[in-house]
Amino acid sequence: MKLRELAHGRTGDKGDTLNVSVICFDARVYPHLVRHLTAERVKAHLQGIVRGSVRRYELPRIGALNFVLEHALGGGVTRSLALDAHGKSVSAALLDIDIDIAPPA
Amino acid sequence: MSTVTPSRTIRIGAGAGYSGDRIEPAVELVEHGSLDYLVFECLAERTIALAQQTRRRDASLGYDPLLEARWRAVLPHAAKRAVRIVTNMGAANPIAAARKTAEIARELRIDGLKIAAVTGDDVLDVVLAGDYRFEESGEPVAAFKDRIVAANAYLGAQPIVDALRAGADVILTGRVADPALFLAPLIHAFGWSMDDWQRLGQGTVVGHLLECAGQITGGYFADPGVKDVPNLARLGFPIGEVREDGSVVVTKVPHAGGCVSEATCKEQLLYEIHDPQRYLQPDVVADFTEVSVTQLGGERVAVSGGRGGPRTGTLKTSVAYLDGFIGEGQISYGGSGAQARARLALDVVRERLAMTGVAVRELRCELIGVDSLYGQTDAARETQPYEVRLRVAARCDSFDEAMRVGNEVETLYTNGPAGGGGVTKSVREVIAVQSVLLPREMVTPSVEIVGED
Repeated sequence: MKLRELAHGRTGDKGDTLNVSVICFDARVYPHLVRHLTAERVKAHLQGIVRGSVRRYELPRIGALNFVLEHALGGGVTRSLALDAHGKSVSAALLDIDIDIAPPA
Repeated sequence: MSTVTPSRTIRIGAGAGYSGDRIEPAVELVEHGSLDYLVFECLAERTIALAQQTRRRDASLGYDPLLEARWRAVLPHAAKRAVRIVTNMGAANPIAAARKTAEIARELRIDGLKIAAVTGDDVLDVVLAGDYRFEESGEPVAAFKDRIVAANAYLGAQPIVDALRAGADVILTGRVADPALFLAPLIHAFGWSMDDWQRLGQGTVVGHLLECAGQITGGYFADPGVKDVPNLARLGFPIGEVREDGSVVVTKVPHAGGCVSEATCKEQLLYEIHDPQRYLQPDVVADFTEVSVTQLGGERVAVSGGRGGPRTGTLKTSVAYLDGFIGEGQISYGGSGAQARARLALDVVRERLAMTGVAVRELRCELIGVDSLYGQTDAARETQPYEVRLRVAARCDSFDEAMRVGNEVETLYTNGPAGGGGVTKSVREVIAVQSVLLPREMVTPSVEIVGED
């Protein structure tokens, strides 16, 4: 199933660094995402965009993960040649990732 | 200082989330929101450098280009209801913005409006005189000396608090940390101490939630069938009902479009956040990890649990410098074989740019609709869109070289594959921004009341 069915998110930019939040619609899904949505998987999924490291922060209180992607904005928002210099569209790509097992609702 | 009872609530609205934002929701808020304060956040990272260039051409300018339109729409209502306004629309010239505000108020026959300008964020001289390195690239700032156009430190809440204490009704700042625009009225209204890290941390949560205006009331959120937003066209802006302990209920004017839900609040809470345990602000290092978000029913969401620790000894300072030019050209191809013709066109442009010796530092060739957002993905390889748009963008040192990029796309009309249409070309000067950390004591904020003269 697509991550989009389990979670929503938003992208934010700072310099050449991007953050993408992944927020569970249902908090009970959170432990499942913690297990399966690793920083390594996210980096592999977004290999066309991210040139640096991917760090993951956990926010269990709100059932959310925050991914911080280094060197992901073509040298920085202010000088990037990219059409979407802010990387605003990246959250939609991340939500397209396949999550293997459907967790019990 | 005002006397505070624990049950007292401050109502603070967000009237803009960026410089070009819609004005009608701000009017709606000030008319129907029963506000104590209204904050307009209008200063993106690069905006202040552009404003600085405008100011160099005309010393009476350099503030937000929509300042006049906003004040004409909002000030009469705000004055009538005694709503106090805080904004960074002063941009590169808060004093001129304050004078302009006074002039507009006179014209609108609003009497007795006290207007303040906060300055001291402009630290260009300090940065040029010092020996700093950019945080992002590690390069010495001195290497950029001739190209630097602006350097502005992110001020904290204190000068705004001082202005409020002096009785200002409208406060115009330049660069201030966005959440501090909201934190300052809370510090003033509740008499929070500047080393009460827990309250400053939670107050930062409040500011961070509200600073992008419509982004917490259903703006930038709708995804039909998955996350539906009612009446998006009439999206309203948020109100924070803040209590003495900093806990907040986020809501909106009932009849305004949009929605306030746990989901909208959580998306905004993590917007532009890196380590949620260490959100660095001029006044506090805020910690969002224990924040809880609870729907109260209706369009009301309670947010509390923000914490904080002592502020650092430095202030983030954005340094803007000229960084060459970007030349760009686009053309569309449609119908069967559109992608093949567009790919041929890209190869042709690439070869011609090399053949004619255009001095390109960095080149980007892509097809909008296929690979312009995410690069070479599996989806991009499989897709056969019915129409695509070719885009070539290049970084060049001079305007003239950058012009040649778009021209080589335009020549595809008569010198390229069949059926290309709708060429656009452009050149823009690049103002890049990096940051340095300045020791706090190098920055001296000050407040000037611009008279009822």
